[in-house]
This record gives sequence, C-alpha cells and structure tokens, in this order.
Amino acid sequence: MTRPFETLSLTVNDTPVTLPVNPAMRLTQVLRDDLRLTGTKVGCDAGDCGACTVLLDGAPICACLTPVAKAAGRQVTTVEGLDMAALQQAFLRHGAAQCGICTPGMLMAATALLQAHPTPTRAQTEAALGGVLCRCTGYAKIIDAVMDVHPAPAPDLPGAGAAVGAAIERLDGVAKVDGSERFGADYTPENTLLVRAIRAPDAPMRFSFGDIARWQVSQPGPLHIFIAADIPGDNRFGVIPAFADQPALAEKHVRLRGEPVALIAGEPGLIEVLELEDFPVSWQPSPKAPVHENRPDDILITGRVMRGDAKAALARSAFLAEAEITTPYIEHAYIEPEAGVAWMEGKTLVIQACTQAPMLDRDDTARILGLPPERVRIIPSATGGGFGSKLDVSLQPLIGLVALKTGRPARMVYSRRISMAITTKRHPASMTARIGADAKGRITAMMFDGDFNTGAYASWGPTVAGRVPVHASGPYFTPHYLAEARAMHSFGPVSGAFRGFGVPQAAIIQECLYDDLAMSIGIDRLKFRQINALNDNQPTVCGQKLQGVGIGACLEALESPWHEALARAKAANSGNGPVRHGVGIASCWYGCGNTALPNPSTIRLGITPEGVLCLHQGATDIGQGSNTVITQICADALGLPLDQFTLIGPDTFLTPDCGKTSASRQTFVTGKAAFLAGKALRETILGLSNMGPDAALSLAHGTLSVSDGTGQRRIDLGEIAPDENGYALAAEETYDPPTKPLDENGQGAPYAVYGYGAQIAEVTVDMALGTVRASHITAAHDLGRVINPLLAEGQIEGGIAQGLGMALMEEFIPGRTENLHDYLIPTTGDMPRITSILLEVADPEGPMGAKGLGEHVLIPTAPAILSAIRHASNARITQLPALPHRVLAAIREAQE
Amino acid sequence: MGCYHRPGTIDEALEVLADTRVTIAAGCTDLLAATDRPVLSGPVLDITGIPALKGIETGPTHIRINAATTWADVIRADLPAGFDMLKQAAAEVGSVQIQTTATIAGNICNASPAADGVPCLLALGAEVEMASLRGRRCLPLDRFITGVRQTALAPDEMVTAILIPKGASAGQSCFLKLGARKYLVISIAMVAARLVVEEGVIQHAALAVGACSAVATRLPRLEAALKGQPIMTGAGLITRALVADDLNPIGDIRADAAYRHHAAVELLRRALSELATDARGQAA
Repeated sequence: MTRPFETLSLTVNDTPVTLPVNPAMRLTQVLRDDLRLTGTKVGCDAGDCGACTVLLDGAPICACLTPVAKAAGRQVTTVEGLDMAALQQAFLRHGAAQCGICTPGMLMAATALLQAHPTPTRAQTEAALGGVLCRCTGYAKIIDAVMDVHPAPAPDLPGAGAAVGAAIERLDGVAKVDGSERFGADYTPENTLLVRAIRAPDAPMRFSFGDIARWQVSQPGPLHIFIAADIPGDNRFGVIPAFADQPALAEKHVRLRGEPVALIAGEPGLIEVLELEDFPVSWQPSPKAPVHENRPDDILITGRVMRGDAKAALARSAFLAEAEITTPYIEHAYIEPEAGVAWMEGKTLVIQACTQAPMLDRDDTARILGLPPERVRIIPSATGGGFGSKLDVSLQPLIGLVALKTGRPARMVYSRRISMAITTKRHPASMTARIGADAKGRITAMMFDGDFNTGAYASWGPTVAGRVPVHASGPYFTPHYLAEARAMHSFGPVSGAFRGFGVPQAAIIQECLYDDLAMSIGIDRLKFRQINALNDNQPTVCGQKLQGVGIGACLEALESPWHEALARAKAANSGNGPVRHGVGIASCWYGCGNTALPNPSTIRLGITPEGVLCLHQGATDIGQGSNTVITQICADALGLPLDQFTLIGPDTFLTPDCGKTSASRQTFVTGKAAFLAGKALRETILGLSNMGPDAALSLAHGTLSVSDGTGQRRIDLGEIAPDENGYALAAEETYDPPTKPLDENGQGAPYAVYGYGAQIAEVTVDMALGTVRASHITAAHDLGRVINPLLAEGQIEGGIAQGLGMALMEEFIPGRTENLHDYLIPTTGDMPRITSILLEVADPEGPMGAKGLGEHVLIPTAPAILSAIRHASNARITQLPALPHRVLAAIREAQE
Repeated sequence: MGCYHRPGTIDEALEVLADTRVTIAAGCTDLLAATDRPVLSGPVLDITGIPALKGIETGPTHIRINAATTWADVIRADLPAGFDMLKQAAAEVGSVQIQTTATIAGNICNASPAADGVPCLLALGAEVEMASLRGRRCLPLDRFITGVRQTALAPDEMVTAILIPKGASAGQSCFLKLGARKYLVISIAMVAARLVVEEGVIQHAALAVGACSAVATRLPRLEAALKGQPIMTGAGLITRALVADDLNPIGDIRADAAYRHHAAVELLRRALSELATDARGQAA
C-alpha cells in the first residue's frame, strides 16, 4: 500500500520483532538504539567502511544505507546471531581482531562468503571482504582466519613460567568477536541527553551570538545550550601542559574549521534531526596571521640536533645527495569515530569514551570544568583504533560540561565527517636534506631541515619537532649531523600524534638519499645500509652510546630475501609489457617512551583473601595487545599461570597511572612495571614461605602453595589481613625509563630503549599508467624479546598497511576528503603478502630484554615502497602519495 | 518528517509521483550516503517493494533491465557476451554490500560523472524507459543524463526500465576501471568496449569512456576509425587525436586532467588488446 506505515515487522537473528519506527530510519539506528544490538558498528554512515555489514535474507548489506522499511518481512542477521561459530573461533586463533571495531562487519561479510563458498580461495576472500575497511590488521590475519574455518577448541594457555614468547590468543578477544565489546558509542544510560555542537564553517573567523534564548524556545522541544561562558574552569586543553592552547568551546575567534562554539543538548529523537543552520551565530572573516599572538612567525617550536660540523664534512665528501620532499596531512582513519558518554555519580563526573590516555583526559577535563582531578573518573571504553589521535581529548570536556550542568547523562558521537574534519592528523612535512658519503660508502654527514605543519593548535607539535631531529639520521652511524625541525602553525587541521611522530616522514627523505648514494657509488643498496648500520657503543647523533642495537641483525636477516627478490624482479622484467618489477629497502629506528622526559607507569598486583589474582593494568589496549602482553610479562615474573589472572581496568579510580598508549612505550615501560610488580610479589611470597628463588608457586582455593625440590609451604590467604585495596598479598611497582635531558645541541640520552627494523618491498609499476602494486613485503624487526609472536606479527602487518597507504594513496585535503571514499586507505585487495621476521637482540633495560614495536613497523614501509618504485621505473617520487598521475610524471621526468 | 511510500505496483507509485514531490529511493546507497542524519529525508517513494520493477527480461526486440534490478542481479543473470562489460562493471561497483542493494537505474539517475554503469550502458546503446501518469516515454541514455547529477526525468516521472536493443548487445565486450585502490574506489577513468568482429575484422565498435567528462561519452570518431580494421591491430590505431575531442576531463584529488586524457587512451588500447586476445583464443 502507498500509505506510510507506523509499525514494522522483521526477523532479527531468528527472533520476530515488531517495532513502531520511522520506516526511513537507517537499519543501523534501529538495530543499535531500538533493539540494543550494538554489535553492529557505525563507522561512516556512507557505505564506505562496511563496519555495519549485516545479512539481509543471507546477503551482505550496509545497514547504514538501508532504510528499515526495506527489511520489513525479511530476515536480518547480526553478529549477535552468530553464536560463537567456528568462524569467530578462527578469528581468535589467528589474531584477526585487534581493536575489534571492524570485526562484526568482517564476520558478517565472511559469513555470507562461507555460505556460498565453504572453502574460499584467497581471491574470493579478498573480494568478499573488500567492502570492509580495517585500519589495524593489514587484513592478513583476517583473510587467514576466513580461509581456515574449522571447529577447534581454544588451545590451553601456557603454564606458569611459559607465558612470554607464547603465541597466545589475546586475553580480551572474545568480546571483540561476539559483538559484546563496548565501544564509545555503545553505551547509553537511561535518560541520556544527546549533544551536538555548532561548529565554525571556516577559519580563521570571529563570531558573535544573536538571541540564543529566542532560538531555543522556537525549537520543537526543550534544549540545553552551552557556550564558552558556561565553562567553569580554564577553557583550554592540550596534551603538553606548557603548550595547552585549544579551547573546548571557542570564545570569540576560531582558528580551525569545525571548531565548536556552542553545544546543544536534548532528547536524542529531537537532537538527531534538529536543523542547526539557523542557530543565531554570525561569522566574520578575521585576519590570517599570526595563528597565536604569542608565537611569532607561526613557529610553535624548533627542535635541533647538532653533532660535529656537518657542513664542512659534506663539503669534503666524495659523494653527495640531496632532495626536497613533501608529504601531506594524513588521517588516522580509525573505523570508530569519537564517541562517549558522561554521567554524574554523586559529586564525581564519570566519562566513558574512547581514548588512548585516560589520565590526560582526566586532567584536561578537570581543568576545563574547574574540578579537582579526583572528582573526574575516566573509564575508557573499548577504543576502535587510535594510532595517536585519541591521545588528545575530543568530546570529553563537552559531554562532561553538559553532564555537570544538567545532572543528566550526556552523550556525543562524532559523525565521520566531523571526526575527520576536527581531530588530529599526521603533520604535513616539507623537508630538505643532504647526505654525504666517502668512496667506500661510509656516511660522512647529514643535514636535514623540515617544516612540519602543526595546524591551528599545539597538540603534539613540540614532540614531532623534538623527535624528528633525533631520528632523521635513521639507525645509521652519522658522525657529522645538523638537523632542524620546526612545528609551524597554520589555520588548518591540528596535527598531533600519528604512529611515529614525524619520524616516518623524515625516514622517507633519508632513505631516498641512501638510495641515491648507493647508486652513485655503485654499491648494492642493502650492502650500503649494512656498511653504515649503527653498532653497539657507537654514538648516535645525540651522542648516546646504545647497547642491544639490532639494526645490523635486521639487515643481515634480509640478505637472502633481498637477493631472492632482486632475482625474481630481474626474471620478471626480462619480458615485454608495461609492467616492471622493482625491489626496495628501508630501515627504521625509534626511541620508546617520551623524549628525555619522565613517563612512569605503575602496576598493582594483588591476591585477595579468596585467592583471586588481580592485575591492575592501566595501559589502554587500543587493539595493539597490551592487555595480553603485559599480563604475559607479569605472569612469568610472578611465576603463576596466565589463566589465573583477572584483569582490572583501565579506570582512573581502579588502576594506577600507566601513562598513555603512545610512543611505543607500553610493552617496554608498563611491561617493565608489570615485571617489577610480579617480581616484588613473588619475593614477598618467597619471603613468607622461606623458599629459594626457583620455587614454584600455585594458587588454588584460597591457598597459595610454594614448593621446591625439598618441600612445600602453604600460605592461607584468608588468614592475612587485607590491605586498603582488599588484598591479602600485593605489590605495586613504578618504572620510569632512565633518560638524560638534551642540551642545546640535542646531545644527551633521549630514550632508554630503541627498537629497530628493516623492510624489503617488492612492487610492480605499470609504466603506461603509473599505477603501483606492492606484491610482497619482508619485514625484519628486532623486538629484543618477543613477548607474543602472534600479536607482534599483527602489529607489523597493520603498520605496513598504514605505511603502504602513506606511500600510495593517502592525502587528507581539508574540506575535500572528509569521508572514506575520497580519503583512501588500503582495502583487502591492496595489501601485499607479508613475511615477518622477528629478531631478538636483547635490550639491557627492557623487561626480559623487550623493546617497543608499535610505531617502528610503519616507518620503513613507505620509503621501501618508494625505493622499489624507483628500482622498477627510475621514478624518484618527491611528492607523496605516489598517486598514478604523479608516478607517471616522475617516470617521464626520469626518461627525459 | 515526510511520508515514506512503499507501493506494491507501478501504478500506485505513479499516483504518488503525480501527487507529491518525493525522493525516489531504490538501493539508497547514494541517498543515505549523502546525509549525516539517521533517517532518509522525506517524503520518500521506495520502489523496491514493486515486484514488476525487479529482474531482467528478454523480449523480442530488447533486453529489459527493470528499474529495481541490483548489480548483484546483473552479475547472476544469464546474458549475451555483449553484456560482459556490464557484469565486469557490476563487480567493481563499491563493494559486495553495495552491489547487493544498489540498482542500475539508481546509477544512471544519480548521474555521477564516475558512475560505473554508464559507459557500459552507452556502449550497449541503452534506452531509458520512464513513466508517469501522463504516459510512458523512452530516451537514449546519452539524452537522459544531461549533466553532472542532472537528468531529463520530470518531477512526476520515474525510470521503469533500461532497454538494450538486441542488436546493440552483439559481439564481445570488456570494461576496465582505473582507481587508486582495488575495492570501494571511485574511478579515475574507465572504459567500456564492445566489438563485433567477423573473420578478424571489426564490423562494429561501441566504445565509451567514463570519469573523463561531465557525462560519460561514446567515442564516435574512434569507432568510425576502427570499423573495417583488423582486430589484431586495432589497439595500435587508437591515438589521442581520435579521442581527445570527445573528452573534457577535470583535474581533481584523484588525478589531473592531462593524466585522465592519457589514461583513457591507454585503457582503450588495453580493452582492444584484451578483446583481440579473446578473439584469437576463440578463433583457435
């Protein structure tokens, strides 16, 4: 019939439901809000990411693009309907879920595939999953899982003392594959207000409000409206307190397109459809410069490292190479847009939102809202990818303000467009560099100069300006060195932290020049890097003498793969045709933790009188695996098996500060705190039982047993008076990496631990179209000690995917690519085969020798791919990304 | 909030159209992607509940693709080799999820310069059947799409079918799409090519290029130049001069205009080579 209908019946996971619903409502909204099936995720509302994939009569669809009317009378299947099938078990077994936000969509797309093809080929699998974007995994483990579906019980966890080194499934994995994981947008308490913001249409602009009260009463329902004047505290935030400069709500002037100036809160049904275009605010363009009056020439900060006399050394070098390279803004493109909810518990403001840094959120929010920090409790939701951008607060102070002022829970969910427009980006870099070498191929000197566009506010600009000069040499011995990096303001998107803090950009120009020099001198490109690889006790460009330097081992491990790849390319190039094969190589090093600044982590471990072993683990696991890795380290330090651990946190009321999930520091810093806490508790237990260091512990039924070759002692936990945290036995340990401040020439010891890696890229270049396809990447990474090989491979594969995107397709253009169809990230069909080689050159400082890995893995990929493009085609790319038209232009330039 | 009409017959739909200004919704993959809101702005006429608008039918003179036919339906349909290019395009529209719901009629009504289906339909000589209470009419596709996101559809009209004349589906065909990634990608350039070859000689060439002009376009000069030429050397006859005047590409974030010109020529050569290889395979 043609009349509009008011109730609608459909079957969801075999259960018939009849709902009063607007037939034009997105199916995602109906599933999540009306049926509370929040396993179906919303990543873009545009069919670009596939996170909302459900089955409609067995066929995969994007629920976000489906008006619920189209599901009337039909069968909808969501992740909640999968019932922990063999497919979900395969995902766990293979480590196919990292953050888990794309997992429901992947599972549903795979379910449809497996119904048609129970044993699919790789090509069928790639095509079936091509419509679901994943930003964490690089797809390899997802594809492996889908091609390896068979019923298998979860393998037993390793016993006491055998956790470190075991390729165990992630300990927090089940919720990621059964749809129950609670991300920022997945929890809505009763009586929650929905919050939207009025945002600047352009920047810089001044603004003034009209008659807000009149607008307010003319709306179809009651609204709460807040502006900057309603903020009770200090209206500015920033990850580095000394540079905090960003208002939660702009006061008179906006520096950033999309900056919020007012908040509108009310009943969700009203707020969702409210027209905000006629909100009474008038905008006037304001002068372009400077971005901040107290920062002349728009220079936020300059970082500098100088050693020896680089200029003179370059002048007398036998070989010299120089380049100028630009890279664009790059978007993190996690599949979960920012979301969260705030509510009051008595006088305490509680915020549950996606984040990488609960303590920073607490302190920034408390300052803005004029609350003592202990009255703000941050309970991180699961975080659907972060990669650095969720270190900065986003909506926390905004929903906090509304909850504080109204006393009602307040919720905010960024649209994809808002998330992309206003959250941080990778710094666009404009770099020049010169490197010299002697006739034997030894590096003589390097000069580097870079402008890094940090956008409208400081965010992590100072960190990028600091890290780049320290790392721009690469993991190579460079006796004379001068590097300067400036964080420069603009009225553009804020650049912050993104996996590598500027180092991936710098590595591109350095590795390009290494290829230049190797070719000029006539030395094999791998050999050239081996000649210059940093060794133990050789000073870095900061004058730091390191132990456990692993770059030599990484390059050595690549020798055979390198020669095999070169031979493959040579053979493939013997024929005609427009496609040429090439092989490239690049390295990385990366200091773990804050640059010459304190960044402690504290771990608490306790056993209750009932015998429950609790690990207070405050490091946010955004998919990288710290819940698992830190527990593995702690388990072996303590000597009890993994399956006895209960994980608590993160929660700023329950977990001591483990710092932020950034700078590849959690395995190293929090891992070391967990190691120390485990050892301390073990020593307490051994002391109580008078047993030697090799005694074995066991915990059962409230009794702790300690035994060695000679006998057994029992500790009845119920008889020990519990401490203030309720533990019969407990330990709390803090670890802060030993570093030495950098002097005015950047000399010092900026990091206690570095990690190393090198990657070989094999690509094909279509010489007539300029298109590039990476076919294989061999990645050798030195982890010091491999805590969990399965998770380590996942990090490598995911980092390579982001590096590949950076090399070939990713370019964020403000106002133009604020969606996931104009801003491209790799799909299943774009990824090469990846071979991971995990090396262990123990670090004397890291826990059990371990080093960080999370950011390292991305750094060599783009320069290795560019190196391979050049090997295939002679095209030397100096503007990223290497889009087909740029590659073709560079090919022609090389031919002239 | 507007009404949501979901009629069961074409006549009912036409009555709604005659009464009200509505947004015609089929796959909704463009409509819902274009809004941040949780609902499709109304009033809406959802034509996917009309059985008569589904599926592909072979009639005496035409092959009829009804308006609510999805890309997945096209992929599954048993069609002559002249439609291979349309099937290849169907498999490259968005993702499997999009192909399940998005319709071919929606693709032409959305009138994006980068619509994957349009070059193929042009090379199949497609006609667009429209209906209103005033009656039915047909327009060739190149007159139906009048500009970027513009069509000849009157406010009270809807597309009921795309008609392919049987003669225009003869021969072999192929579709090539160029984008900066494999799946879910908007084309930089694409070509559809259909050739009728007899004894190694091109009797008829239907060639179209998309994403290189405001509306995808046939290439009459090149088609004429190829007619009567041996298929084996056809690709070599394609020159920029024969193509350039029919294209008017823009430069955007995906590629610059000069590259699009170049890529269109290269893709046409490859399409011809591919068809030549197929022809040789069949001859052998």
